[in-house]
Amino acid sequence: MSELIAFLEPDRAILDRRPAIIADLAGLLPDSCLITDERELVPFDTDAFVSYRRMPLAVVLPETTAQVAAVLKYCNENSIPVIPRGAGTSLSGGAIPQEDAIVIGVSKLNRILEVDFSNRAAVVQAGVTNISISQAVDADGFFYAPDPSSQLACTIGGNIGMNSGGAHCLKYGVTTNNLLGVKMVMFDGSVVEIGGKALDAAGYDLLGLICGSEGQLGIVTEATVRLIAKPEGARPVLFGFESSVAAGACVTDIIGAGIIPVAIEFMDKPAIEICEAFAQAGYPMDVEALLIVEVEGSDAEMDAMLERIIEIARRHGVKTIRESQSATEAALIWKGRKSAFGATGRIADYICMDGTVPLGQLSHVLEKTSEIIDRYGLRVANVFHAGDGNMHPLILFDANDPDESMKAEMAGNDILKLCVDAGGCLTGEHGVGIEKRDLMRHQYSDADLAQQMRVRAAFDPKWILNPSKVFPLDGRNGSQPGNQSADDRTAA
Amino acid sequence: MSALDIQYPESEEAIARIVVEAGKANRPIEVRGGGTRLDLGRPVQSASVLSVAKLSGITNYDPSELVMAARAGTPLAEIEAALAENNQMLTFEPMDHRPLLGAVGEPTIGGVFAGNVSGPRRISAGAARDNLLGVRFVNGSGEIVKSGGRVMKNVTGLDLVKLMAGSWGTLGVLSEVIFKVLPRPETAVTIAVSGLNDAEAAEAMAAALAMSVEVSGAAHLPESVIARFAGGSLKCGPATVLRLEGLIPSVEVRTGRLVAEMGRRGTVSVLDGDVSAGLWRDIRDVTPFADGSMKPVWRVSVAPSAGHQLVAALRLKTGVDAFYDWQGGLVWLRMESDPEAGLIRQYIKALGGGHATLVRADAATRASVAVFEPQPKPLEALARRIKDQFDPAGVLNPGRMTAGM
Repeated sequence: MSELIAFLEPDRAILDRRPAIIADLAGLLPDSCLITDERELVPFDTDAFVSYRRMPLAVVLPETTAQVAAVLKYCNENSIPVIPRGAGTSLSGGAIPQEDAIVIGVSKLNRILEVDFSNRAAVVQAGVTNISISQAVDADGFFYAPDPSSQLACTIGGNIGMNSGGAHCLKYGVTTNNLLGVKMVMFDGSVVEIGGKALDAAGYDLLGLICGSEGQLGIVTEATVRLIAKPEGARPVLFGFESSVAAGACVTDIIGAGIIPVAIEFMDKPAIEICEAFAQAGYPMDVEALLIVEVEGSDAEMDAMLERIIEIARRHGVKTIRESQSATEAALIWKGRKSAFGATGRIADYICMDGTVPLGQLSHVLEKTSEIIDRYGLRVANVFHAGDGNMHPLILFDANDPDESMKAEMAGNDILKLCVDAGGCLTGEHGVGIEKRDLMRHQYSDADLAQQMRVRAAFDPKWILNPSKVFPLDGRNGSQPGNQSADDRTAA
Repeated sequence: MSALDIQYPESEEAIARIVVEAGKANRPIEVRGGGTRLDLGRPVQSASVLSVAKLSGITNYDPSELVMAARAGTPLAEIEAALAENNQMLTFEPMDHRPLLGAVGEPTIGGVFAGNVSGPRRISAGAARDNLLGVRFVNGSGEIVKSGGRVMKNVTGLDLVKLMAGSWGTLGVLSEVIFKVLPRPETAVTIAVSGLNDAEAAEAMAAALAMSVEVSGAAHLPESVIARFAGGSLKCGPATVLRLEGLIPSVEVRTGRLVAEMGRRGTVSVLDGDVSAGLWRDIRDVTPFADGSMKPVWRVSVAPSAGHQLVAALRLKTGVDAFYDWQGGLVWLRMESDPEAGLIRQYIKALGGGHATLVRADAATRASVAVFEPQPKPLEALARRIKDQFDPAGVLNPGRMTAGM
């Protein structure tokens, strides 16, 4: 099957040396940390962007920073591509390997090293799951704020790679706003420590640069993250509207009125139906659009804030208002929303877009999205973080139908271009990966991209780290190893 | 440096032409906004100046989107006035360095972001860099580059936006910045706890930040500086001050809870209105050390629990006055005479790390003492490689952050 997205052509010389490379790796870390058997490699051939798969040369799962350093040094000296991997939940193909690459997975680096409440910081290894940080500090009244939908599985290392967000980042920010320090292995195996428990680090803002760099600047093995005091209580409220436009306008007015709830999530009718069928969250079925607005604080605070939000919602003709009456009910409301991707996956194949638009453009972009989907004869469910304009149209298709698969990808590309043209960007929290790589020129000029690529080269001169990702394969600086041409399974 | 050649480009293209010319002539340029922070950092070795002061004006502002775009030379005062008209604000409370440095001129929005200048609310709302969404700049080769955009969430490519924040004009000349703005809180009050020593204050602040009351400012003002805050209206003795902001009913509830908790530690009073606002402005602008002198002033960033330990250790060795912001993690030090850079940095390292910036000192001192924290070798090498990728000829603000870079 031909594929829209190209990978770099595997380096034949590396493939030919596979047995020797595996023998060398075996000298660098214990057998239990090295995977070379074909069947055992299969789980690593893709991530959550499952339309594309490539078998890696080998997978290593180091148990220490020193082992990561040894492997990276070896790969750099031998010009072997390296694919860093957290839990493999990337929706943009950020962790998809290539045939001549070694995957370095951080899953065995899974310890919480230190919890420091007086400095409100936790030091964790990169393979610790997002949710386990909050779980570890919950009893003491703290949490780690970024909460991607995949938080049960995704790792903090992956979160840093993609600068992950989540439903609650409207108030608390994304990973970059909650990261204080990292220990990172550089391309040559040297280990650097940047930042720490202080609120800002010295020199150029390397933490800011590393966050969201999609594993192209180094491999983070430890992170120091901020902990935040848990709110006394939180209450999600459902608001049902007759139209998406009314719901969108309500969002704009809530924010414009100076009220920043902790989350404002949007679902359109198809998304409501899918999620309700899966989670039985009690979502109203007689509305065209639903907002989940979450407020937090003491009861008195939440009452005060909700009173104002309800007043605004009434002005926009809200049809249903349902406040959660218990923790169980609140959890159920969120379960519905957070299982949107999984629930959708049960009824169809889907790809999830991640463009972000200025708040004033929400209604316009929703309308145009429908037009694009209709044009390709597909279906779409919209479920997204409305408070910060981060759209997530789920384009439904049948992966067994090559024609429809192609249409879905093309519709996705059209939607992302629409987001950029509306003043937004290609990706708010999922990352570029391979998925959006070839659209980068729609958002950036050649000079913009060249500047980014030069910075990348300052960290990884041979371009061995995750080389097929983020930057269009053509027009690179020519500093990366191997061949720039696409491999032969790829459509021209 | 007698006959300074100052150029005031009015467009990105004009900036690019100047930078290209400077590169060809091998004639480095000092990059300026309003010139109010020129004495912060190492003295730049250059005979010509590029000021963005005439590249001015708000270019995009729709209050309901909580985003503003402005040309780099736009006066901060103009930005704040436009925001105030819509009951909004810059949430990171940028410090005004003029009183401390004895500088004149108008701070610009470009300068604020180039220095990543942030204030007390940094503990809850992030620094300038957290609120910067997009930039346009001219790099050292004269290329016009953009990064980020005008949306709240953006992971499209490498985040050069963060890198530009706090790079002090050494990587590029900012021409336009796009940043997040937020509604002004409906009300703000300050809970002041009297009588705590520095160590007790650190504990009290950590306890306050561990409560779910959303403290938006946490500072400790020892007895030696207290009279110089809020026009001397605070009681004698040290004060630990905690700010709560938000909707009126919410702040009322939280004030009650925080007062109850802090009442167990010391005598509590509640300040509001202009007194509260003035107090935090003084903390932001380091008013007690704005004494018209050139006594060295350091800005130290460490783990919150380490701040008071640093000061205690220094007091045994040298004459130093200090107060604390950011829950104790931001320490402002005024040295009696010698800057004591080696001592301060040695102690910071011993206390778990952090960094010190010599914010005020005479030019001779700033040329001989590392103003910004020296980096470990591998990080300094990396910083040099990054600088080379933006400004290969070393045209922009050479030596401002690091000697020979």
